[in-house]
Amino acid sequence: MSHPTTVAAPHHHAPPQGFLRTHVFSLDHKVIGKQYLDLALVAVCIGMLLSWLMRFHLAWPETPIPGLAKLSPNGAAGGVITPEYYLALMTMHGTIMVFFVLTTAPFAGFGNYFLPIQVGAEDMAFPRINMMSFWVTLVAFLVLISGFFVGDGPPLSGWTAYAPLSAVGKDAGPGQGVGQTLWAVSITLFCVAQLLGALNFITTTLDLRTKGMSLARMPYSTWAWFITSVIGLIAFAVLMPACILLILDRVAGTSFFIPAGLVISDRLQPHSGGSPLLWQHLFWFFGHPEVYIAILPGFGIISHILPAFARKPLLGPRVLIACLVAIAFLSYTVWGHHMFLSGMNPFSATLFSVPTLIITIPATIVTLLWIGTVYGANLRFTTPALFCLGFVSVFVSGGISGFFLAQPSIDTYLHGTYFVVGHFHFVMGVAAMFGIFAGTYFWAPKMFGRMMNETLGKWHFWLTFIGVYCVFMPMHYLGLAGNVRRYSAFTDDYLKPMIPLHQFITIAALCTGVAQLLFLFNLVRARFRGPKAPDNPWEATTLEWSTTSPPPFDNFGGRPPVVHHGPNEYGATGATGATGDYVMQASPQSAGPA
Amino acid sequence: MGKLFAVVLTIITVVSTALFVAHTWWLPVDISAHGQAIDRQLSETMVTSGVLFVLSQFALALFVWRYADRGDGRKAKTFPGGVTPMVLFATVLVGAEILALTFVGSKVWAGIYQTPPDPGSLQIDVQSEQFAFYFRYPGPDGKFGATHPELINEANENYFGLDPAHDVSARDDIVVPTLTIPVNRPIALTLRAKDVSHAFYVPELRIQQDFVPGLAIPLHFTATDTGKHEIVCTQLCGLGHYNMRAYIEVISQAAFDQWLKDKAAQQ
Repeated sequence: MSHPTTVAAPHHHAPPQGFLRTHVFSLDHKVIGKQYLDLALVAVCIGMLLSWLMRFHLAWPETPIPGLAKLSPNGAAGGVITPEYYLALMTMHGTIMVFFVLTTAPFAGFGNYFLPIQVGAEDMAFPRINMMSFWVTLVAFLVLISGFFVGDGPPLSGWTAYAPLSAVGKDAGPGQGVGQTLWAVSITLFCVAQLLGALNFITTTLDLRTKGMSLARMPYSTWAWFITSVIGLIAFAVLMPACILLILDRVAGTSFFIPAGLVISDRLQPHSGGSPLLWQHLFWFFGHPEVYIAILPGFGIISHILPAFARKPLLGPRVLIACLVAIAFLSYTVWGHHMFLSGMNPFSATLFSVPTLIITIPATIVTLLWIGTVYGANLRFTTPALFCLGFVSVFVSGGISGFFLAQPSIDTYLHGTYFVVGHFHFVMGVAAMFGIFAGTYFWAPKMFGRMMNETLGKWHFWLTFIGVYCVFMPMHYLGLAGNVRRYSAFTDDYLKPMIPLHQFITIAALCTGVAQLLFLFNLVRARFRGPKAPDNPWEATTLEWSTTSPPPFDNFGGRPPVVHHGPNEYGATGATGATGDYVMQASPQSAGPA
Repeated sequence: MGKLFAVVLTIITVVSTALFVAHTWWLPVDISAHGQAIDRQLSETMVTSGVLFVLSQFALALFVWRYADRGDGRKAKTFPGGVTPMVLFATVLVGAEILALTFVGSKVWAGIYQTPPDPGSLQIDVQSEQFAFYFRYPGPDGKFGATHPELINEANENYFGLDPAHDVSARDDIVVPTLTIPVNRPIALTLRAKDVSHAFYVPELRIQQDFVPGLAIPLHFTATDTGKHEIVCTQLCGLGHYNMRAYIEVISQAAFDQWLKDKAAQQ
């Protein structure tokens, strides 16, 4: 880990002139980061609204939803959601949340804003490509949403878009026309944007670190974004061609994923030679690493924030980095655990099961590092700190159920049930969202120059923390009882007794959703009102706190910082700072004994 | 605030765990020869991972309770022994659990999916389609007729694409919408999909398997108790997915022989 010999490269572009170049088509990584976060905010509102509609329908399938008939005359005539519209809501919910929220906010959003500042650079390595990444992502989002408004109806093949349902076109039923093609085009574009973004992150991390910022001194959030970029570079490079092949099957008559002899809507399909399992392999080769693309930035954010509120160094920082690297490597060896029951050779199940279980070792170690950091701390219970602690709890809850699903013999029973829904919502949905919340409350003062309201933030935390457990823990019970997922109504005899538990989940989901309005209000308010933020309100050590709130156009006012310390200098007696217990990375003062 | 967090987390952990332990919502009765091994494996995983779950949440709650900032300039304490013993402890503990689960679990899996069916198994062909299952028995000649996708015709109830006009062995094939099987006799299914992917799931049989277009997927089991249960689809297959079901009826061997005879006579 050698120190870079050169100071960060000179700025690539002059300060922008005019509103459009400053706030819309900006090359500034900070503006682009905020644009990603705003996009994710819009996406998460839509995604959550869709989940409300689904949950309401599952609990009270016959009750009309006021106003829905006007919004979707075909999908919800009379306000009651049709089976195909339910599946479309589910498909859009999954796609929006996984791609445009859980990938966009913690990785592209926070990463864009803070990675260059944390390494002491003035901007990303390729600002123009950076701007292009965002705008391609936005176009991808608009293309996806436009699926709601096309004549054949929105896509309904799920976020996994299994072929041949997704590949054969209109014959396969509603939602398999233009809407499904738009889905594939949207994801292709998203992949392009992510590949460009990943290249930018990697290059910036490797080439633009300021003087003294060795790899060993990099903040843990930067490490996580860097490792996530490497994962993304490989994962999206597989999903993109897979989506292009899917588009070709749909519009050009090819048969990559469609075998011979299919009879759909009484018509023998004019395809032969393709393999539905090929799509599953390509999709999950991306799909499982995607779980880590969503959660590793959360790991980084929590590891970055927790020491600042524990007022002590993170336990085992080098172990943390080693675990992140191990998780990244292992994430490419486990995709087959999504396919235990797919008709794949059953001998390969054990091959995929073992690394899936092994990946729990680094994940467990990282969790213990956080819990060990809390031991003996001087915890300051700010809102970001609460979300960090909540993150640890929900990540444990979601991770534990992975032990069940990693074993093919148990997956034989639980696959395709709500147990899986509870598992992945906890581990990559809720945990990643807690990382996003922690990051937002922590960095909002830096991004907006104003503090968010702590009272509202704490109410938001408590309602969300209790709410998510009420929503997702019961799904594990449903799964154990054999409750199948992706059903728009529970008409089977053995599923009917589960409906009261579904109603409980729905009420909890609606309440937890309403609690998010506190966050939305608090966030929007902090952009315009509230006390002005000091440069370093949390008494943290990393470079983003060495500059003004918000930072100037070139981040450090033309004086690139020189780094003298690692990011973990908390609890050092006789050190700088108001409480004298931390040393900033850019401080020339030597740290006292920790 | 720390104490509140600890109390809330403890309540969440205790209530969640209690509902698992009490089996408030639990697996339905098992009616398969192999199900006991799966249930045991699931229970063992529940105990070991449950202990890890409770210990982790309680440790977090305890530390958050104890280590709030009192503003008295107290020096932070490092974790006893540092990071190395913790890493070794986690690796050995989780590693041992992984080894145990893999060793036992692989045997359970192999017993179901990696062992060939009993040679005397009753052979049944299963066709899945949007949004129904059909089951085919070979008839008195013991041979299945060949299938021809181009001959599939819903209106004529030719769900498998049989060609009885030219294919002798297809003439006595019995095609029904309910899976009727004798108790305690090994059953060997062959799963085929007519259009898109589907799945065969019977919770009471502890068995779930996808149908994949283009593949004929073998699946075998033995039902150990008589009764009627639902077969449901668990692979998203289109708008009627939620409503795609059939029934499995497990009856005595004598009743099954009579049922088969009656069906053959109707051909």
